[in-house]
Amino acid sequence: MRNMRFLMTMLLALVFTGAMAQKSGYQVGDTARDFELKNVDGETVSMADHEDAKGFLVIFSCNTCPYVVAYEDRMMELHEKYAPKGYPVIAINPNDEALSPGDSFEKMQERARDKNFPFAYVYDESQEIVNAYGATRTPEVYLLQKQDDELVVKYIGAIDNNYRDASEVTERYVEEAVDALLNDRQIAETSTKAIGCTIKFRK
Amino acid sequence: MVLGTWYFVPKNEYMKSIIIALLAFGLFHSDGKLKIVSFEEFEEIIEAPSDGIRVYNFWATWCAPCIKEMPHFQTVSRSEGVELMFVSLDDGRKPDRVENFMEKRNITSPVVLLDDIDYNRWIGKVSDDWSGAIPATLFIDANGKRHFHEGEMSEQELKDFINKLK
Repeated sequence: MRNMRFLMTMLLALVFTGAMAQKSGYQVGDTARDFELKNVDGETVSMADHEDAKGFLVIFSCNTCPYVVAYEDRMMELHEKYAPKGYPVIAINPNDEALSPGDSFEKMQERARDKNFPFAYVYDESQEIVNAYGATRTPEVYLLQKQDDELVVKYIGAIDNNYRDASEVTERYVEEAVDALLNDRQIAETSTKAIGCTIKFRK
Repeated sequence: MVLGTWYFVPKNEYMKSIIIALLAFGLFHSDGKLKIVSFEEFEEIIEAPSDGIRVYNFWATWCAPCIKEMPHFQTVSRSEGVELMFVSLDDGRKPDRVENFMEKRNITSPVVLLDDIDYNRWIGKVSDDWSGAIPATLFIDANGKRHFHEGEMSEQELKDFINKLK
């Protein structure tokens, strides 16, 4: 009986490790790939086009998630603050339109117009980029820094620690991370977790 | 007589476990009224001793895939004889949204609203495997070991998962 239980535990452990091994995507320190994705203005956006940038705030985002909606103004502020310092925001909508009709390209254009987004808002229609990055939810930030010709992942996670009320925030994870890069300091917290909407992966 | 015996049990730990068990019992047999809990209170619930498998499904009224899988959880928890609790991550300032939803969708299983938005402080304490995306489900087997699934589950997937824990 005991042997049986041990065997079952080992089997279960194998199953779970297997499931974890499938969790692909970038960790902090990895090199991120570039992309060519269609922006809401119809132009194709890639990070290579931004020759002057020191890095990027790549944010997996969408139109429909209430957490994204809560953070849209803060995403705009991040861009206004850090694009001039070399770290523009690029928002990527990875949601499958069939599973989430509110996240179609047309709806993205509407949202960008209504909010007057100052940053690029691009559509990862094939989901190739979200799969490469390994994002699981919206909003989720990947802070990338240019090192030689590569884009190195420096921070993965949430924008701050209070989605409900920007004035109640006590930890500004993304700002602290970018400020650290700008000042050649170590980033104190390189990854954080937050409740968010599952990315709608095509079945 | 029985009560008398209880009163003279000197061990605090013993009393504490009874209180926790009663608390857990109370929550699992809720009268339909939504309870709002902090993460610490939620932790007490999941750490209460139990002989059976328990299932904690994290959801929110605004989360479409969560709502889709909820009936599966109600059906399977009944057929497999496991304890189920729905843990809402809705806005704690608007509990009526959750209460109305429970009534409209005929949610008869216990529901708590976990009202703690300093997410990075506690998500990892539930499971290292949880990125924070919902739906997500915590399973605690009869030995008290935790298992985690992030993402939507079909009725069959849920059944299979529970049967592996038996």
